[in-house]
Amino acid sequence: MSLAKDALPVARLDKIPLALIPVIAAAALPLIPSLPTWVTLTVAGLAMGMMIFIMASGLTLVFGLMDVMNFAHGAFITIGAFVATSVLLPLAGWTQADSLWRNLAALLLAILASMAVTGALGVAFERVIIKPVYGQHLKQILITMGGLIVAEQLIIAIWGPDMIALPKPATLRGSFIYGDIAIEKYRVLAVLVGLAVFAAMFLVLNRTRVGLLIRAGVEDSEMVESLGYRIRRVFIGVFAAGSALAGLGGVMWALYQETVTSAMGMQVMILIFIVIIIGGLGSVGGCFIGSLLVGLVANYVGFLAPKVALGSNILLMVLILLWRPQGLYPVAKR
Amino acid sequence: MTVIRTLLSGDYPRSRALTAVLLVILVGLAFAPFVFPGTRSLDVAAKVCVFILLVASYDLLLGYTGIVSFAHTMFFGIGAYGIAIAASSLGPTWGSLALGSLAALACSALLALLIGVLSLRVKTIFFAMITLAVAAFFAILASQLSGFTGGEDGLTYTLPQVLLPGSKLLAAPLFGVDIDGRIVSYYLVFFAAAALFLVLLRVVNSPFGRVLQAIRENDFRAEAIGYRSVVYRSVANCVAALAASAAGILYALWLRYAGPATTLSFDIMVDILLMVVIGGMGTMYGAVVGATLFVIAQTYLQDLMKLASHAAAGIPLLPALVHPDRWLLWLGILFILSVYRFPAGIVGKLRSRDKRHHFVTR
Repeated sequence: MSLAKDALPVARLDKIPLALIPVIAAAALPLIPSLPTWVTLTVAGLAMGMMIFIMASGLTLVFGLMDVMNFAHGAFITIGAFVATSVLLPLAGWTQADSLWRNLAALLLAILASMAVTGALGVAFERVIIKPVYGQHLKQILITMGGLIVAEQLIIAIWGPDMIALPKPATLRGSFIYGDIAIEKYRVLAVLVGLAVFAAMFLVLNRTRVGLLIRAGVEDSEMVESLGYRIRRVFIGVFAAGSALAGLGGVMWALYQETVTSAMGMQVMILIFIVIIIGGLGSVGGCFIGSLLVGLVANYVGFLAPKVALGSNILLMVLILLWRPQGLYPVAKR
Repeated sequence: MTVIRTLLSGDYPRSRALTAVLLVILVGLAFAPFVFPGTRSLDVAAKVCVFILLVASYDLLLGYTGIVSFAHTMFFGIGAYGIAIAASSLGPTWGSLALGSLAALACSALLALLIGVLSLRVKTIFFAMITLAVAAFFAILASQLSGFTGGEDGLTYTLPQVLLPGSKLLAAPLFGVDIDGRIVSYYLVFFAAAALFLVLLRVVNSPFGRVLQAIRENDFRAEAIGYRSVVYRSVANCVAALAASAAGILYALWLRYAGPATTLSFDIMVDILLMVVIGGMGTMYGAVVGATLFVIAQTYLQDLMKLASHAAAGIPLLPALVHPDRWLLWLGILFILSVYRFPAGIVGKLRSRDKRHHFVTR
């Protein structure tokens, strides 16, 4: 037993990227005039990062395992948001009631519906659109772009071209107030959901048999196949899970913005790509840290210098790539 | 014959049907002011010319070099804004237009070189993602710097007298059409686009173009023979960026307006992708066919779909699918089918139909 342990040393965790988050938060502290503002901004940044992580995690996992970059991922985000409007708006009695449990029940229902729809669509998308072009990067990019165009048009055909307003449930509006510090309730929920998703992914990947297969597949899918596992089935499962996560992220993001448009997925996609590049293509842990960094930097810069806020993410990406050209946690295979 | 051979760089359409289609497009565009009088149709013709050049330059990247860039509209926009900023701040003189064009071209080349050297070493997907982020950043920049670029509203400006619709060049109408500044600018756009298209055709048929195709097919082997693929890709990226900027310059001269929606938006990038893939990647002539088809569809397909939409009234969901605003849906489906079924697009389809004929003439 001890021999086996010697033969296969546990990979040491690279702690430097982890330290980036507290370092950036601490560096922002002296720049921001008051402590309460800093706390508010930090929580807002973490919440934004968590929501981006929910949307990006599925995409980066799919890329890591299947070597497929799905440019139509944004469409799943949009579909998730629109399904949520179809569930939440008729349930106005529940969402506008002054009871936390009813609000959460309605939200849970919307999330489940969105994840079911986007997960099922993900399976269909993998079968019809992506399956024929495994291993051909150029065609993958083109075909998923085509899928994005068609999906966006279908969304408009089904839900109409207009922006839909989606108010937050009654008890999730407003803020918790501690002295001078105000923290929006919805952001706390976003952080909790994001942490739950991260914990669930971490446990599934590291503590279950399926997770073992996925991690092995990321390292070398041919080897896993030659050991007798049907890696294609794992592919479909991961793709469905990734799409469902996009749907969940879409619901969270839509409620955060309180509006739903057919272009919202594509707008978030830019942030998602930046996060995935920062994290190292295919790495879930890197994606988590990248999301939090992007969220924090966007909020700090947005407060300090609103003019350059929109470019701050690109700047962050360039800086990180100059430091580590493969991203924070490069995946060994690539 | 030798003139045509030189002009086309020895790269013939290689199909009777394709030759016929190309001739119809060429004649149609060359005599557009006389054959299709009216402001709307002349607008369409000018847009076709500009997009043929833009799509051909994208084909150099996608079809010949095998790299996917989402920053092509950025270079298109740089060209358009070069003219717009020069004409609105320095006044409507030829000198300021030349200065604006040169500044735009220099800016594009530098930016393309920078992006190329920094990110073309890595994989296709990585480059596509980086260019998408950079292009989005650039579009935001253009709308934020409103003092300089006019923000979301864009810039409207005036041009030298000869190019304005008000100026009459001939006292009497020619073939029943008034020869005014509108026609002069149309022919400026037409001849410039045609010349630059032939230059691009020359580039892809040169030894340099051969190396690009070798890199597309197998960059590892190309590198093994001794071609530095990073260098070749970067140069191709610069050439494509320059041509895209030239297209932007022509478009800005034609529209006398430059704004984010007409030059920088992601929708235009999607349009370019549709045109190059449906027309035929890696063929150059595909750009001509794709751009013409697309722009005409964009303008006139909606009228046709309006009829279909009325006809389908009463059937559930179908009217929503053939609604005039859903034309992009059908082109999107055509796009997906193109990538799967006929990767060389319409041009490839026409050529494969004429295969036998092609062998005989060779």
